[in-house]
Amino acid sequence: MDENLKRDIIIDNYQNPMNKELIDDSTYLKVNQASESCIDNLDFMMKVEDNKIKDIRFDGEACAISTSASSIMIRSLIGKDIDYAKRLLTNYKNMIEEKEYDKELLGELMVYDTISKQPNRIKCALVPLEAINKMLEELDNEI
Amino acid sequence: MNREDFPMIGKTIYFDNGATTLKSKHVIDSMNRYYTEYTSNIHRGDYEFSLMTNELYDGTRHIVKSFINGKNSKVIFTIGTTESINMIVFGFMKKKLKKGDIVLLNKAEHASNILPWFKLKEEIGIEIDYIPLNKNFEIDIDNIDTNKVKVISIAQVSNVIGDVRDIKKISDICKKNNIYLCVDGAQSVPHMKVDFDGMGMDFLSFSAHKMTGPTGVGCLVVKEELFKEMEPLYLGGGMNLDFYNDGSYELHTDESKFEAGTPPIAEVIGLREACLYLEKIGMDKIHEYEVELKKYLVSKLEKNKRIIFYNKNSNSGILSFNVDGVFAQDVAIYLSKHNICVRAGNHCAKLLDEEIGISNTVRVSLYFYNTKEEIDKLVKVLDNDNILREII
Repeated sequence: MDENLKRDIIIDNYQNPMNKELIDDSTYLKVNQASESCIDNLDFMMKVEDNKIKDIRFDGEACAISTSASSIMIRSLIGKDIDYAKRLLTNYKNMIEEKEYDKELLGELMVYDTISKQPNRIKCALVPLEAINKMLEELDNEI
Repeated sequence: MNREDFPMIGKTIYFDNGATTLKSKHVIDSMNRYYTEYTSNIHRGDYEFSLMTNELYDGTRHIVKSFINGKNSKVIFTIGTTESINMIVFGFMKKKLKKGDIVLLNKAEHASNILPWFKLKEEIGIEIDYIPLNKNFEIDIDNIDTNKVKVISIAQVSNVIGDVRDIKKISDICKKNNIYLCVDGAQSVPHMKVDFDGMGMDFLSFSAHKMTGPTGVGCLVVKEELFKEMEPLYLGGGMNLDFYNDGSYELHTDESKFEAGTPPIAEVIGLREACLYLEKIGMDKIHEYEVELKKYLVSKLEKNKRIIFYNKNSNSGILSFNVDGVFAQDVAIYLSKHNICVRAGNHCAKLLDEEIGISNTVRVSLYFYNTKEEIDKLVKVLDNDNILREII
């Protein structure tokens, strides 16, 4: 992907993030993702019904990378089933950690394919992944 | 001023002096000499250079006393401000306070002057209340309610807003109402003349590493009459007179009672050098220069319409701001690409966001070795509509 296009996508998702607003609904899973090593602090909430992700929302203060990654990841996951979500998250993690991954599956999340070159940004890119993984784990424990 | 004394100057523009300052070659050389010429423990050896180490170590107490004008004080070496405050809370206040007594803090305080009190609240049931902040996020001394208040614990200069609190006025209130006054001097002692006796402090805490000195050492200055009532938090070698088979023991009665084990000797020697060095420049001169630099920075940055200020007028070298539309940490990363070091975050003052409505800011904290030319570079680099694009 062209570097300028990547930047446009990241900035657009930072400035106009998808679902960056929490709602008061007890049927959602909830998690706070605060980093000990940087100052990102985001709350996430997710609704799963019939094995499908119906909605994910987030809010808080965070940098351009973690905010945009949350927005893009949310867009990539809403409407998908849990197995697909887990596959996508594993592949995303592999990409950030410079392991083998499926480019087709990641779609727009490919804008972070070179983020590993900026070590201080890796944790930022992983913020939404860790939050959503925690909520999926919570879901597994409930079943 | 004095830029030639700092080996790190030149490589980067260092504006994170509130976190820690650069180290002067005087400090580094003094510590090196200890490590290469007269390494020895204190209060143990009978050989010549161990006696010299004793003198340097214990003599530093007098230098600190003179530095902060504490003729009627005792100076205990700690590992820094945080330990000093914990010693006040758990080595003195825990014994003195009882359930329901109020400790007055304020929401701009650093974690180190909040969390020990929270813990004491858990342990003995004290109450914690906050001195209100005014519209500039500075404390409102005229609105202190002293009913049931037994302690006021306050930073002389807050580390985010940088306002200089009127300690004399607060200490007058304390004296009238039998209130202990604990002053966190981490951001004041390095930057201005602090007068322990004259301002009527009971306790003063500060760290060497924020005043050109080494990490790992700081001071707890205690008013002499309160000193004998303090209990040590650690027991061990170097602080006891004797101990017996029946489990009884006798402790030292001087400062060494609070310095169990081998203390940070090289660091104390570094602190000594830092005090002498700053005193030679002149603390009033340092403060005046930093305030002038901050005014210059504000006047230049005001032309940039994207800057949101939080403490334009506070009387210190600390400026907290944001760039509209760019997260504080992204600004810090951007500036780092231009070799400018600033701090982004909540600066450990995590209650302050309730007041200013935002958790994170960019903080420029100046010191006497910073220059207007460095500020010009910062201002120029921030005058850029494409900051976000350039950091991605």
